[in-house]
Amino acid sequence: MEYIIIIISAILVNNIVLNQFLGVCPFLGVSKKIETAVGMTGAVTFVMVLATIVTFLIQHYILNPLQIGYLQTIAFILVIASLVQLVEIVLKKVSPALYQALGVFLPLITTNCAILGVAILVIQKEFTMVEGVVYAIANAIGFGLALIIFAGLREHLDLQEVPKGLKGVPIAIITAGILAMAFMGFSGIV
Amino acid sequence: MNQWKNFTKGFIKENPVFVLLLGMCPVLGTTGTAINGLGMGLATTFVLFMSNTVVSLIKNVIPDKVRIPSYIVVIATFVTIVQMVMQAYLPSLFESLGIFIPLIVVNCIVLGRAEAFASKNTVLSASIDGLGTGLGFAFALTLLGAARELLGSGKIFNFEILPEQYGMLIFILAPGAFIALGYIIAITNRLNKQKA
Repeated sequence: MEYIIIIISAILVNNIVLNQFLGVCPFLGVSKKIETAVGMTGAVTFVMVLATIVTFLIQHYILNPLQIGYLQTIAFILVIASLVQLVEIVLKKVSPALYQALGVFLPLITTNCAILGVAILVIQKEFTMVEGVVYAIANAIGFGLALIIFAGLREHLDLQEVPKGLKGVPIAIITAGILAMAFMGFSGIV
Repeated sequence: MNQWKNFTKGFIKENPVFVLLLGMCPVLGTTGTAINGLGMGLATTFVLFMSNTVVSLIKNVIPDKVRIPSYIVVIATFVTIVQMVMQAYLPSLFESLGIFIPLIVVNCIVLGRAEAFASKNTVLSASIDGLGTGLGFAFALTLLGAARELLGSGKIFNFEILPEQYGMLIFILAPGAFIALGYIIAITNRLNKQKA
């Protein structure tokens, strides 16, 4: 039951992009086509789960026992950056097909604040390992849901006649606002 | 390069938020009120200024291959300093900015300026660029924060301007962040076009 609440709350109620404003850069950057949005979602899911597990272990088995919690930010970002590199190298060797699909998105992920954000939130909320992983997966799904819906909207938006000043980014951001409003309808269900 | 121009370009012409569209997460996440926006902007300015200066100082020592991780360590160090200082002296602001303080590390503007500017220019130009870009970022956050606070609760920096019952709560909540930012970007585009 707990897990279901975590999942619903992370995907719908506190959507990571539309409500918590994490990962807005890729949300605006790679949402011009549904295809790229799907690829990005795959890469984010993969890295987010891995990063959450690794940073969880680091926090509880290295930083806490040594009482150097203040190094959290530095430790986490270095781990995530090297993890992304590692994933890239391993994927290239093990599964060239998957690498083809996700490869271009991987370098972008290091500066995706959703990854570091979720890693820190899991520690702050004092989740257990399993809860942390569930939380990471749910957030990745929430990210993907928002990204893919938004990409679909933007594909249609391209065909519409928009006032000159609002063309391009401004109307896209305003659309995201309306999408966020739609997601607000879910508040209160958990 | 003309240092004054170098300093002012971050405000309107190359404003990191309104024109370059970088570092959007804190822009949307911390601008519920003008004071939060200003606090976040100044924290980022400090990190940008210091990291640009240090990166420019050590640019000849770092091997090319490991330059990005090295920059990240430099940036993360200053972020940690900001985090500790704010926690000690401005606990309420620290509380309301929450997770966005450690996330300055992954703000693309900071790494972007280190890589694109500080690693190629003199220390003086780099630190002025960091200060200018940072203040431009702070300016953008404060403007957006003030707009949202005014529309949402009728106040700016907690001074009452409109009676509270005219506030539109939506602008303080998440959707209002996107909508207000969209319109401000549209206005900036328009202003920049007129000048050109």
